[in-house]
Amino acid sequence: MISAEGRGLVLDEKLLFEQSREGRVGYSLAKLDVPVALPDGALCRDEITDFPELSEVDVIRHYTRLSTWNYGVDSGFYPLGSCTMKYNPKVNEAAARLPGFAEIHPQTPEALNQGALELMYTLQNNLAEVSGFQEVTLQPAAGAQGEFVGMLMIRAWHEARGQKRNKVIIPDTAHGTNPASAALCGYEVITVASDGVISKESIAAVMDDDVAALMVTNPNTLGLFESDIREICDLIHERGGLVYSDGANFNALMGVSRPGDIGIDVMHFNLHKTFSTPHGGGGPGAGPVGVVEELVPYLPKPVVVKDGDSYKLDYDRPNSIGRVKSFYGHFGILVRAYCYILSLGGEGLKRATELAVLNANYVRARLEGEYSLPYQQRSLHEVVFSESALANECHTLDVAKRLIDYGFHPPTIYFPLVVAGALMIEPTETESKQMIDDFCDALLAIAEEAKTAPEKLKMAPVRAKVKRLDEATAARKPKLRWEADR
Amino acid sequence: MRYLPHTDVEVQQMLDQIGVSNIDELFSGIPEDCRLRRPLDLPDAKSESETMTLLRSLAEGNSKVSDWDSFLGGGAYNHFIPSVVDHLVSRSEFYTAYTPYQPEISQGTLQAIFEFQTMICQLTGMDVANASMYDGASACAEAVLLAIRAGKKRRKVLLSQALNPQYRETVSTYCQFLDIELVEIPLSTGATDHESLNNLLDDQTAAVVVGYPNYLGQIEDVAAIADVAHAAGSKLIVAVAEPLALALFKAPGELGADVVVGEGQSFGIPLSYGGPGIGFFAVKKKDMRGLPGRLVGETVDQDGKRGFVLTLATREQHIRREKATSNICSNQGMCTLMVGIYLALHGKQGLRQLAEINYAKAAYAREQIAGLEGYDITFDGESFNEFVVTCPGSVADLKTRLEEQGILAGISLGRDYQDLERGLLVCVTEQNSREQIDRLVTALAGGDV
Repeated sequence: MISAEGRGLVLDEKLLFEQSREGRVGYSLAKLDVPVALPDGALCRDEITDFPELSEVDVIRHYTRLSTWNYGVDSGFYPLGSCTMKYNPKVNEAAARLPGFAEIHPQTPEALNQGALELMYTLQNNLAEVSGFQEVTLQPAAGAQGEFVGMLMIRAWHEARGQKRNKVIIPDTAHGTNPASAALCGYEVITVASDGVISKESIAAVMDDDVAALMVTNPNTLGLFESDIREICDLIHERGGLVYSDGANFNALMGVSRPGDIGIDVMHFNLHKTFSTPHGGGGPGAGPVGVVEELVPYLPKPVVVKDGDSYKLDYDRPNSIGRVKSFYGHFGILVRAYCYILSLGGEGLKRATELAVLNANYVRARLEGEYSLPYQQRSLHEVVFSESALANECHTLDVAKRLIDYGFHPPTIYFPLVVAGALMIEPTETESKQMIDDFCDALLAIAEEAKTAPEKLKMAPVRAKVKRLDEATAARKPKLRWEADR
Repeated sequence: MRYLPHTDVEVQQMLDQIGVSNIDELFSGIPEDCRLRRPLDLPDAKSESETMTLLRSLAEGNSKVSDWDSFLGGGAYNHFIPSVVDHLVSRSEFYTAYTPYQPEISQGTLQAIFEFQTMICQLTGMDVANASMYDGASACAEAVLLAIRAGKKRRKVLLSQALNPQYRETVSTYCQFLDIELVEIPLSTGATDHESLNNLLDDQTAAVVVGYPNYLGQIEDVAAIADVAHAAGSKLIVAVAEPLALALFKAPGELGADVVVGEGQSFGIPLSYGGPGIGFFAVKKKDMRGLPGRLVGETVDQDGKRGFVLTLATREQHIRREKATSNICSNQGMCTLMVGIYLALHGKQGLRQLAEINYAKAAYAREQIAGLEGYDITFDGESFNEFVVTCPGSVADLKTRLEEQGILAGISLGRDYQDLERGLLVCVTEQNSREQIDRLVTALAGGDV
């Protein structure tokens, strides 16, 4: 049915299955150049019921239209806290698509893929230099898998010493992946409260001989550098534990501070955050992990090593925790990250960090009077406000949805949990002063609307593809796939 | 630097507004003994053209499958990718967005994932599929963890030796500190040995895991395995490394699988030296709430208009923390899009025809090699596009000899299977022409090509 109910050019689009017409095709296959052969019919399936049948044009129009309902970094400002939504350079995309990278099979003999191995080896070393660690594995597929790898190495290290430690300390400001990763290694999680930053005393109070490690995010999810980190690391080490750092916020530290120099034993990187690889609508990311010398034997295998003038994959690692995925890592993402490092150089990486911190502090300075700032310490790459100053019972969710009407992607909301109605803003370094001013003007206008016309917040968004969605019903009566009406 | 828009004047204005005199002051929250007071030891910034020149030279140091007669498979498959796929995924509204936390401005990603979930269900014969896992191997490990959670006190998992060795290794890495006993089921003629399986199954077994097709290319008798596994109260996990086979062979869900996981790289994702690919994960309704990872569901907005949202989030780490079904957060969003587009293009007929072409090409290669003196097709059972050849001498020497003739003959099985020291795993897809297959056969026979 044709209807003119969409606003402007925000048109509707049926599901693939609803557009399907029997007999329509969107492919071309070469004629079979060998004799026809078919398996035993008893093993074969019938046709794939209700699978789509579409032309190439149908498919192009379908996905093109879907794309117009999305908001990406290329659409505009995307200040999603802790996600580091910086610009994704186009040269990275071109590099990853070079046939010599995109069309190489992982089972090819190592001698025939020396370029790929050299790239990985160099990237490992570059990441080690930026972070101060002895060695880096590129294998983990994403940050959470990097955490898992890091915690497995910690557990393996303890077990090799005959230690059956079963607890991990995690501050209440941590990402949910931290406790989930620790649990996946069989650890019990001890949560410690923090007051902005964690104190030496709060850690000392729970540190004992059963604690394998502390997992800390630095700077933490409030954007604050853990100022006692050196003393805390010493305290953990004195009692035989190790310190894991979540590198989600590493964009605040490049060229400024190296975790490996200050007592951290393991850290993962999020290449899709700090090193500009695209977030892809939710991945693929890459979560390399750096370790101090003590932990090198436990790295997942294989490890890329240099042997004379050539590069190879070393599988002979008797203490390795093993592999966590097929092959060697998200190579296509690694190419993009390496391309970024080449483009910025050492000085450029530091400048990126400086401007990211400048931008966040500028947002803070512009909004501090109107939005409530629960933690007053000097913050780095992101700033977290609470909803407490909003008038007329307007909440963080309402502000977020109203920002959509102003043409911005909302910040991260309701995280970290220690702030009531958190609005977590991370502008990144690739945004200009004009853009940030526009965004701050919008947030100030929204705070004003909350006082004078709160319904504008409650009704928002009104200018998006859809209005607020009924998430409760979605969860109560899950409909997770399309099915034909029969 | 072209990605950094700040002018000196603007930097000064911003510093003034903040109330500090220079950028270094902004870092005063970092204690001095935590500061790096030297420049990073990295090369200077390069221009775009210099960067591309350097990367191009590294890329040229690699071997593209298109430069060779390549018969490599083993978990990564060389299939043709229609131009439409890269054209569409290059739309930056898709690839520069993140996880669709704000559904009102993410309906494109959400609807595409909902369609992806549906097509994975249709292919696997299952009820519910999630929005993706990292890859087939880690999806397989997460499937084992789901079975352990669902199996209450059962702590034993049986892994077929014919399951992809990298999947087995990954399962073992994931389970190493969780007090889970992993036991391998031996092989009989290239497939899971049913008698051994029967003997190993007991009231402690939470799951049986088999490949379909398995690593040796064979089509396992999933229905029979499901029967005995279920009789013992165990779940059956079926792992699919080459999902194109599912367009031709019976869907695992139809054969009794409780969980179907696998690798979707075959469907439109570049080989890219083994990553990123995409893991898929599908279950029957009864296990819906035990699923790891993201799920997209259909709902309506305030005006009653159809829309999509992330749902059942109370399973996930950002809500449930250490009690979550998994620690997974970012998954393979971009790759779900590639797979969705590829499947939509090929559709019901195209996917079947493509699978039949793969089958026929492999059957031809198999028959030609079977006729060579000194070579045997190791296993008689039905296979899809991969099969094992027993070679007359050292597989390593043979591979080197064929490499010199421009042929990547396959994968040596000796490292993973002691009994198959002279085994070569050969993979044939639609990308291999008859001429390429004939050259392989001639070269195996010792001739020059």
